[in-house]
Amino acid sequence: MKFLQIAKKDLLAEFRTKQMLNSMVIFALLVIVIFSFAFGNEATIFIPNLKKKIIDILAPGMLWIAFTFAGMLGLSRSFAGEKEEGCLDGLKLCPVDRSDIYNGKVLSNAVLMFLMEIATLPIFIVLFSYDIQNLPGLILVIILGTFGFIFVGTLLSALTVNTRTREILLPVILFPVLIPVILSSVTATASMLANGNISDISGELQILAVYDIIFFVVAQIVFEYTIED
Amino acid sequence: MLKKIVYAITAALILISVYIDFFIAPVPINTGQAAGDPNNFKIFYFHLPIAISAYLSFFIVFISSILYLRKKEQKWDIVSLAAAEVGVVFALLTLISGSIWGKSAWGAYWVSWDVRLNTSLILFLIYISYLMIRQAIEEPEKRARLSAVFGIIGFISVPISFLSVRFYSKMHPCVVPPCPSGGGGGIGGDVLIYLLINFAAYFLLVATLIMLKIDTEKMREKVNEIKRNNNL
Repeated sequence: MKFLQIAKKDLLAEFRTKQMLNSMVIFALLVIVIFSFAFGNEATIFIPNLKKKIIDILAPGMLWIAFTFAGMLGLSRSFAGEKEEGCLDGLKLCPVDRSDIYNGKVLSNAVLMFLMEIATLPIFIVLFSYDIQNLPGLILVIILGTFGFIFVGTLLSALTVNTRTREILLPVILFPVLIPVILSSVTATASMLANGNISDISGELQILAVYDIIFFVVAQIVFEYTIED
Repeated sequence: MLKKIVYAITAALILISVYIDFFIAPVPINTGQAAGDPNNFKIFYFHLPIAISAYLSFFIVFISSILYLRKKEQKWDIVSLAAAEVGVVFALLTLISGSIWGKSAWGAYWVSWDVRLNTSLILFLIYISYLMIRQAIEEPEKRARLSAVFGIIGFISVPISFLSVRFYSKMHPCVVPPCPSGGGGGIGGDVLIYLLINFAAYFLLVATLIMLKIDTEKMREKVNEIKRNNNL
C-alpha cells in the first residue's frame, strides 16, 4: 500500500498551488467554449432523417477531445516535475517497489483527471443546453476510458521524461497507442448520451476493460526499465 | 555465403510471385464480399502476405525488445531497429495496396468508420512513433532501453489489428474463418498454392531486408569506433 503515500505526496504538492489542476480545468473549459463558438446555434438544429440534433452527433467527440487534451497537460508535467531538483532520484531511493511509484503516479493523475472531468461536464451541459440521458452509464464509460488513458499515459510520460523533446514527443507517441480507448469511449459515450442501455455498449465496455487490464499489467512489468539509469 | 544464397532465392521468388500474380493466378468465380472488376481479387495474393509480413516484423520487434531488456545486449537493439523499419515499410505498403483495391471494390480509397482500416493505420502510426522515440534520444544505452519498452507496449496493437477483422469489421473482406458474417474459408486448390508461394517470397524478403539492415548498422558501429579511435 506504499503507493498511497506517493500519491498523497503528489496530491499534497498539487493542492498547495493547484497550478496543474487549474490549467487543466481552464484548458478543458476553453476547448468546450471554442466548440460552442464554432458550432454556434446550428448545433441545436434537428435532423429529421437521423432523428437527432447536430449536437448529439458532435457531443461525444467534443467531450473526449476536451478530456484527452486537458489530461495530456497533466501527464506531461507528472514526471517532468520530478526531474527538476533530482526528485526522481529521491523517489527511486525510497524503500518501495518500482511499480509502487507507477501506481502512486497513476492514482494522483487519475484524481486530477477526474476532478477536471467533474468540472467540465456541467459546463458542457450548460453551454449546449444538453440533457444527459443515461448518467450512470456515462460515468462508467468515463471511468474506464480515463483509466485506460492514465495507465498508458503515465507509463509513456515516464518514458519521454528522459528525451530531449519530451513535451512534443509525449502526445505524438501517446495518441496512436490510445486510439482504441478513444474510439470505444466515443462510441460508448454517444450511446449513453442518446439514452442507450448498458447492454447496448457491452462490446465497447469489454474492449475498454481488456485494454485497461492489459496495460495495467504490462506497465507493472516494464515501468522499472523506464526510470532506471 | 549463406546470406548470398538467401538473397538469391529471395530475388528469384519475388520475381516468380510477381509473375504469378499478374499472369497465372486464377480469379475465383465467386469472389465473396468484393465488388467491382473481378480481377481486383488478385490483390489478395500479395496484399495478405505483405500485411502478415508487417505483423511478423513487429513480432520480431516485440521479441527482441524483451530479449534486450533481459540481457542488455546491443545486438537485440539492432534487431529491433531493423525489424521496425522493415515493418513500417510493409505496413505502409499494406495501406497503399488496400486503398487502391478499395477504390476499385468500394468506390472509395478509405472508409473512415471501418475498424480494420483504422487499426491498420494505427499500427503504422505506432511504429512511426517508435522510430521517433529512437530519434529523440542520443545516448545509445538509454535509446535501446526506452525504445524496447515502447516496442513491447506497441505490439499490443498487432493482435488488435489482426483480430479486428474477425469481430468488428463490416467492409474489409474476411478470408480465414472465423468471420463475422459466417463466410470465409473460400480458399483452396490453386489459389492456396499461389498464395503460399507469395507468402514464402514476402517472408524471405522481410528476412533479407532485416539482415541487410543489421549489417548496415554493424558497419555504422565499426565506422564510429574507427572515427573515435583516430579522433576524427
